[in-house]
Amino acid sequence: MKEYPAIWLQCAACTGCSVSVLNAVNPSIKNLLIDEVLPGRHINLRFHPTVMAGSGAPVIKVMEDTSKQKRGDYILIVEGAIPTAKNGIHGVVGERAGKPVTMLSRVEELAKDALVVIALGTCAAFGGIPAAHPNPTQCLSVSDILQAQGIDTPVVNIPGCPPHPDWFVGTVASILFSGLPKPEDLDEYRRPKAFYGQLIHENCPRRAYYDENKFAKKLGDPGCLYELGCKGSVTYSDCPLRLWNNGVNWCIANGSPCIGCTEPSFPDEVSPLYEKITAALPETPTGGSS
Amino acid sequence: MGKIIIDPVTRIEGHLKIEVVVENKEVKEARSSGTLFRGLELILRGRDPRDAQQITQRICGVCPTSHSTAAALSLDSAFGIADKIPDNGRIIRNLILGAAHIADHILHFYHLVALDYVDVTEIAKYEGNTPALNSIRSFIKRGELGPFIPRYEGDYRLPDKVNEQAVAHYVQAFDMRRKGQEMLSLFGGKMPHNVGIVPGGVTSTPTVDKIISFLWRLKELQEFIDNVYIPDVAAITQAYPDYLEIGHGCGSLLSYGAYELDGKEPDLTKRKRLFKPGITSTDLSFNGLKPDKIAEEVKHSWYSDSISGRHPSQGDIILNEEKDGAYSWIKSPRYEGKVYEAGPLARLMVTYVSGKPEVKSLVDSTLAKLSISIDAMFSVLGRHLARALETKFIADSMADWLLELKPNEPAYVSYELPQEATGMGLTEAARGALGHWIEIKEGKIANYQVVTPTSWNASPIDDREQPGPIEQAITGAKIKDEANPFEIVRIVRSFDPCLACAVHLISPKGHDLGAYCVC
Repeated sequence: MKEYPAIWLQCAACTGCSVSVLNAVNPSIKNLLIDEVLPGRHINLRFHPTVMAGSGAPVIKVMEDTSKQKRGDYILIVEGAIPTAKNGIHGVVGERAGKPVTMLSRVEELAKDALVVIALGTCAAFGGIPAAHPNPTQCLSVSDILQAQGIDTPVVNIPGCPPHPDWFVGTVASILFSGLPKPEDLDEYRRPKAFYGQLIHENCPRRAYYDENKFAKKLGDPGCLYELGCKGSVTYSDCPLRLWNNGVNWCIANGSPCIGCTEPSFPDEVSPLYEKITAALPETPTGGSS
Repeated sequence: MGKIIIDPVTRIEGHLKIEVVVENKEVKEARSSGTLFRGLELILRGRDPRDAQQITQRICGVCPTSHSTAAALSLDSAFGIADKIPDNGRIIRNLILGAAHIADHILHFYHLVALDYVDVTEIAKYEGNTPALNSIRSFIKRGELGPFIPRYEGDYRLPDKVNEQAVAHYVQAFDMRRKGQEMLSLFGGKMPHNVGIVPGGVTSTPTVDKIISFLWRLKELQEFIDNVYIPDVAAITQAYPDYLEIGHGCGSLLSYGAYELDGKEPDLTKRKRLFKPGITSTDLSFNGLKPDKIAEEVKHSWYSDSISGRHPSQGDIILNEEKDGAYSWIKSPRYEGKVYEAGPLARLMVTYVSGKPEVKSLVDSTLAKLSISIDAMFSVLGRHLARALETKFIADSMADWLLELKPNEPAYVSYELPQEATGMGLTEAARGALGHWIEIKEGKIANYQVVTPTSWNASPIDDREQPGPIEQAITGAKIKDEANPFEIVRIVRSFDPCLACAVHLISPKGHDLGAYCVC
């Protein structure tokens, strides 16, 4: 039995990524927590604020001990962006010697000795909502923090607001199955091409409407949602093929424009969310092309 | 005299620290503070008003649906269409919110709370055929017990068989809450962060296949609520009857009401709702809600005193990190200057004292069966019982609403974006009263204020030196073992705190509780 110790750190987040992972199906969250997720391999989730039984100093000790005792062997999952204004005082987790420890310090300490850092969700991957203008707490992504500190632990970004549970589970399973992703497995934003390799627009079931210039004029209408603000033409993810919540639906099938939540440009450069994309949009990513 | 610091308090949403002063095994002082500030209200300023529905959901991934509901209600009123939402839109919004409440309450009881009362490690000695329990036994045998150990030890009391069943239900409940979210997504598009609820109604038109798909998921959840969830809460009350007396709190309850039963009345406080807007207390009298009596005080919060006592529609964020006597970045919302608890207990009791027959008979018959008095509802387990009973009330109501939908008819109405307007949206999140206030100028959001249930419940001492509801509920609690203060976390969790919603920041220095010592 190989145990993969994992630490799940929540920073400037809303817990939506955690709740999304609870929605995993085959394997379920029970399979992930308790069972061998792959034969002979078990994820040993030692620290997760929403799930774990313990509170306070004892769980902080588990977190700190894991990083010392399992150096180079543990998976660090970061949910949320990292506040950096005023040395990170806007977000703290636990105490050390009677002083609160900032999320910024935690990420630096824990990332340094991790096997891999999974930046889960758009906030951890790119800054996301808390980093939106005017970015009141100067939130940064995990990669930005690691780069600034010269920490070279591999980072995999799993953006999405929230990310689909399969994107997380699939990435972890791939690490357990065949090791860390190779450079060619990731796009220029360090997203696994397996999940973010194509534009939503490429696989959209309403694509035929677009090609025929049949555009919905108000919500609830049939037709392409482009003129109602759909960002599917600049957003990389497999939502139209994978669908959400055990395959029951997804944004565009629900008549709701894509808001571009897997992109580094989310939310500021895809806003207003319900307005047609303008020329001011930055160059679209090229994740699927290489 | 000792001090206990619990940081982080886990199995809640977000980042919370609890600090108490204990003397002779009894809590003398309690302080709750949030430890994360993101400033979502500042981020909202200057944006397209319609985006509030999406951005405010990101306040909290556990209760995004209630934020989208409050945002849509506030935008409906600002856009002048509060009385024009098609019935399909009104009903689907109710169904989406109801699905969220069901999934959330199941998550809360089984995955956030149960580990305080249910002993997973006992399954090591399980001998039987239940697959879930056998896989847990194998898990324990492998020897790596995270995330179930460490924990506060010393008070696991369930009889073996009841405990085994509860652990099996812990596992089953993962599937149930997931199915609740799947049900929500049928009309909400996806979860977390639904895309269905928008100003004007919802984005999808109901179809018969969706209605029936929703209905049968709902039926499975209703069976779970009736036959598993409510009986499990009852079993906990039997084994831990002292928790029907612990954690009384402030004794005053406030609910904004929720679930629109009438689409034509633009005034939310006059509108017919499944849960009545109103206030009550241990005297069980009913009083209607007057939103203009809400004000947020900041004497002990790290905000400038210049914004204290304002109505949320005039609210602001002016930070003062160095303020003396401040120890939290949660403001203190008060109603007529008094402390109020929000949450399922408030919702259920306000509706109960308003005389709604279904709620009266549900509560009275349950209390009679369990030989519990109505006073005991003001307690740790009373809150859990209220949560379970309202889950049933909501689910049963949803089954009726589903059949009121008119397939293939509109669920959305168009509107003109105003240049100048104000709006208010009052609803209920799983954990209590949620209000959004918007001010639009030059077609953009000029000000947006959110007052969340956890702001009410986890609020610090106010301008009149009254502690917040959670602080009051902890104060006076007896602590058996200061190294394992399970009493405190049980009390805190009974409020289902959601810190991402409530909070705002942390002191760089921590605060000196000594300044408040009564000794």
